[in-house]
Amino acid sequence: MRQTQFASTWRGGLIAAWPICLGYLPIGMALGVLGQKAGLHPLAIGFMSLIVFAGSSQFIAVSMISSGMPALTIVLTTLVVNLRHLLMSSALAIPFRGRSRRLLTLFAYGVTDESFAVNYPRLLDGNWQIEHALVVNHAANLTWIISTIIGGYGGQYIPEGAFGIDYALIAMFICLLIFQLRGRVYLFTALIAGVLAVGLSLVLPGNWHIIAGSMMAATIGTIIKRRHTRSAT
Amino acid sequence: MMPFWPEYAFMIVGMGIVTYLPRWLPLILLSRRQLPEWLVDWLDFIPVAILSALLAPLLLTSGPVPHLDIGRAELFAALPTFGVAFLTRSLGGTVLAGMLAFWLIQGYWPG
Repeated sequence: MRQTQFASTWRGGLIAAWPICLGYLPIGMALGVLGQKAGLHPLAIGFMSLIVFAGSSQFIAVSMISSGMPALTIVLTTLVVNLRHLLMSSALAIPFRGRSRRLLTLFAYGVTDESFAVNYPRLLDGNWQIEHALVVNHAANLTWIISTIIGGYGGQYIPEGAFGIDYALIAMFICLLIFQLRGRVYLFTALIAGVLAVGLSLVLPGNWHIIAGSMMAATIGTIIKRRHTRSAT
Repeated sequence: MMPFWPEYAFMIVGMGIVTYLPRWLPLILLSRRQLPEWLVDWLDFIPVAILSALLAPLLLTSGPVPHLDIGRAELFAALPTFGVAFLTRSLGGTVLAGMLAFWLIQGYWPG
């Protein structure tokens, strides 16, 4: 009995993780190629994927490495870009209430935009346990590490700027943004955040426009949503 | 820059710590506590807001000192990319379509 449950947890998790893994393959390879162009050894890229496991900030880090930015600036930018995980983990804490700290500590490592998009709605539905979510996270992580290393080894055969590889990060953001547009108020929040971030990027130093613009836009979205629900009831 | 190995390793560990903490702290601190409803609502808007705030300046500004620029190949390639993302909802497919669109557009881009 335990055996079949174990097998079905793996099966369910892997079926849900499959689209993420398929998506990570080209993105990870693109990152590996860019890393190779920035002068990183394929295994150094794999080391980054293992320790950091955050696609967006790894792309940003690689482009900062190739323009010779200091390590501390790269670490601080990583922090700012990954603050959004704070908010995903806060949302995940609700369905995981009462689960052991050991499992949560292991789970935390794999919180990404993609695994969040797969795990969170299933957790709210109720048929999804932390064990399923862990299978999703680690399958995605393993695919990510391997595909970035493959890209690193393949990079030497690909000329600079070929196949639009520089666009991989932007295309990834576009798709993740589309996933998040679950209604008109989300679309409106996205537009506000975009306008604010562009405006602030012209006046603020570094990457502060990202965190300032998004927090202001989320506040505006919350106010609109709460007004709307109040007037509807 | 050809990264010097120990310096690179320190940087990666630093990146790992600042990435892990925001993923771990809320799970540990909030899993035994109820969040107020307004905060849950606010958190729900954060991913969409951050993604848009990351994306918009990449499409609409250029230069080391950023200035508004609405004639970039990045912006024009975004139109079919949004279309593919909307229709297929596939991350890998969208990334491939976006790279292809950018590659084609960039090849014919003036200047």
